[in-house]
Amino acid sequence: MRVPQTAVMSGRYLTNRRRVSTSRAKSGFLGWWDHVPQAPKDPILGVTEAFLADTSPLKINLGVGAYRDDEGRPVVLRCVRAAEARIAGAQLLESISTAASTKLVERSVQLLYGMDVDIVKQKRVSGIQALSGTGACRLFAEFQRRFYPESHIYLPIPTWSNHHNIWRDAQVPIRTFRYYHADSKGLHFAALMDDIKNAPDRSFFLLHPCAHNPTGIDPTEEQWREISYQFKVKNHFPFFDMAYQGLASGDPDRDAKAVRIFFEDGHLIGCSQSFAKIMGLYGHRVGCLSILSGDEMQATAIRSQLRLIARAMYSSPPVHGSFLVSTILGDQDLKALWEEEVKVMANRIIKMRTTLRRTLEKMGSSVNWEHITNQVGMFWFSGLSPQQVDEMAKKFHVYMTHDGRISMAGVTRSNVDYLATAIHEITKSD
Amino acid sequence: MASSMLSLASASPSASLALQDDCKTKLKLGTTDLASFLRKEKRNPFMTAKSCGRITMVAVTASRFEGIIMAPPDPILGVSEAFKADTNEMKLNLGVGAYRTEELQPYVLNVVKKAENLMLERGENKEYLPIEGLAAFNKATADLLFGADNKVIQQQKVATIQGLSGTGSLRLAAALIERYFPGAKVLISSPTWGNHKNILNDARVPWSEYRYYDPQTVGLDFDGMISDIKEAPEGSFILLHGCAHNPTGIDPTLEQWEKIADVIQEKKHIPFFDVAYQGFASGSLDEDAASVRLFAARGMELIVAQSYSKNLGLYAERIGAINVVCSSVDAAARVKSQLKRLARPMYSNPPVHGARIVANVVGDPALFSEWKAEMEMMAGRIKGVRQKLFDSLSAKDRSGKDWSFILKQIGMFSFTGLNKAQSDNMTNKWHVYMTKDGRISLAGLSSAKCEYLADAIIDSFHNVK
Repeated sequence: MRVPQTAVMSGRYLTNRRRVSTSRAKSGFLGWWDHVPQAPKDPILGVTEAFLADTSPLKINLGVGAYRDDEGRPVVLRCVRAAEARIAGAQLLESISTAASTKLVERSVQLLYGMDVDIVKQKRVSGIQALSGTGACRLFAEFQRRFYPESHIYLPIPTWSNHHNIWRDAQVPIRTFRYYHADSKGLHFAALMDDIKNAPDRSFFLLHPCAHNPTGIDPTEEQWREISYQFKVKNHFPFFDMAYQGLASGDPDRDAKAVRIFFEDGHLIGCSQSFAKIMGLYGHRVGCLSILSGDEMQATAIRSQLRLIARAMYSSPPVHGSFLVSTILGDQDLKALWEEEVKVMANRIIKMRTTLRRTLEKMGSSVNWEHITNQVGMFWFSGLSPQQVDEMAKKFHVYMTHDGRISMAGVTRSNVDYLATAIHEITKSD
Repeated sequence: MASSMLSLASASPSASLALQDDCKTKLKLGTTDLASFLRKEKRNPFMTAKSCGRITMVAVTASRFEGIIMAPPDPILGVSEAFKADTNEMKLNLGVGAYRTEELQPYVLNVVKKAENLMLERGENKEYLPIEGLAAFNKATADLLFGADNKVIQQQKVATIQGLSGTGSLRLAAALIERYFPGAKVLISSPTWGNHKNILNDARVPWSEYRYYDPQTVGLDFDGMISDIKEAPEGSFILLHGCAHNPTGIDPTLEQWEKIADVIQEKKHIPFFDVAYQGFASGSLDEDAASVRLFAARGMELIVAQSYSKNLGLYAERIGAINVVCSSVDAAARVKSQLKRLARPMYSNPPVHGARIVANVVGDPALFSEWKAEMEMMAGRIKGVRQKLFDSLSAKDRSGKDWSFILKQIGMFSFTGLNKAQSDNMTNKWHVYMTKDGRISLAGLSSAKCEYLADAIIDSFHNVK
């Protein structure tokens, strides 16, 4: 077997040996893929795979951030069911998908910037429907590389693991800025500000506007204002990854505060929005990438460039989910229903945080569990070590990501005691 | 690079902020008040020049993307737009790449409506699919392509993952090639679907062309094709259209496919199929997969991208797949894992709706039969207008020109052999919209308009040089 000459590259993607298959050579066909190694499992999605393989009746999946109700079941929101019934038979044809996309973008940016600002009328938003948050981030990363080929992206430590994959595959080099303070289990604000100041002017920063993933630690409003001010001083580009608007506090306007502060301060914001969690539309891959410009002409130019990037990746986005989102956000009653339902989801998660903390404290744990209720959003950054995480899986069949991130959305009244017991057991000796 | 509106802004941002503080003092406003003051004006954020000198300049950051120019308009979409603007009642849109009924209306297949109703009734959840997509869909799509009893399926040598229709699947394949065969070239036909080049360029995969269309015969330049494939560096990827070549409509015969496979094997190239019209070209799923199955039967490793945009009319739902036939089960598993690794930073996991529709249609014998019938109907309508167009041309044209290529070509598209000037005449004089390369879409042609089209073609061909 001959591996093409050019297939000599860094060890990261290749096995070290190049096997020669004589039997294959004899039979006349080639094994082209011998040098392709098995990829490691995705750190987040791989958890679900392990969970599915576990046969214990006690098992709990606290890995992927997908909301569960108090019975531990996936939820399809009533506003979504209503929208589905409404669009049934609507003949979602390719001829209307462009119009549908445009509507989706308009409604998304309206949600983001709020009803006070007629952002759509200003005509300086370049928006494009994207494949949920991942797709929106990837489009931006590709766009960044195309028009700022020398730039880096600054990612917080820690951040959603897929951010690293996205900018790496888009070939934008990654730098980091300090965020999480392990000792206090809180925000390392002074270090954050230092890193912002020390980065070269005009750097690109990725910010989580609310419900930071994985830590659940968000800056206060005052801190956001300081960050925004410093961004103006340094002329940095703020890119927000908004995946939890409404799901963090229960109030979509409150959750968008950081973005709106930056907007008021005149920043020309880039933002990825995801409807996966906030509307329970995970599998439909509905999202939006928007970039603010100085004027309409530039917005049009940017939009045209974003479309080119999308065209070579998947041509156009799937229409079904975007129709659901547009329908919901465009109808007063459905939107009100959604706001109610997102509040229910947020409140259940907050309740589970309180319950878990109280239960652990009642068990007489000497560990400080404040961070369970201090942190915001779907995830609790437990502080468990990788070894402890493994033990939780092996001994107790409780699955979470290796960084100790627990999806509180997977905690219910029926499993919270068991979870507390497991955590208490593991941390007793701490 | 500040726009003219911001040209008065000071170069140093910190100076701008000092101004802001200065203005705040003048207006006796705090930070929050300034913001709400600006907001309350309810106009463009540039507007506060009147109230306080250079607050305007301070309020908006100069755009990072000033220098970005407008992207060129899409050549195919441009045709549809021009068509819409035309008020002539005889106008005909032969630029459209989507199936239209005899009434020239878009068509939603009955099986799709039924599948969607079933899905609605069941009230299925909307959880994330795994990165590789819906398992039932992946199984169905590979079975459809290779035949469920095919050795490669039985032996589990195919790595299949759900993709975003044909484009998304091709892009994953291109990314796989770029990562594991850096520097290897993909050979594309001349001409080919315009987006092939965009996909390869954006994936940073080098490409070159092999001869395909012969304008003399309005047919296949078979010798040129073989020669160019032979000349390519060993280990190149040869992008082949499984059936219904886009844009020419010209497919190799089975005999020619054998010879193409010979030279590919000889040069140790990898065949890379784009199958966008299975079932839609001839009306038969099996017949349209013959080329792919021919290669697979030889034990060759191959890559195949599939799309359900046309054959199930699911254009807007973006459903397709990328299949890599490997020489071993182990290789297939490893390749699948790496395809997932490429997909995760692109979109994490694929959209569920289209996948469920396909799985439901293929998984239900009644729906599957109905689908096959609908595909036969669509392919039949296109064959019908081809025949009618040929008959009209033969009857009206006294020059003795051989119009039989219309019948020999297959699928949605036809290369008429008209050059740019002639194509322009089609549009300007006859209000027939098509692409400048002489391509017409039979999907946009009704039986009723065949005679009119024949007149237009004859006039353009003979009277315009």
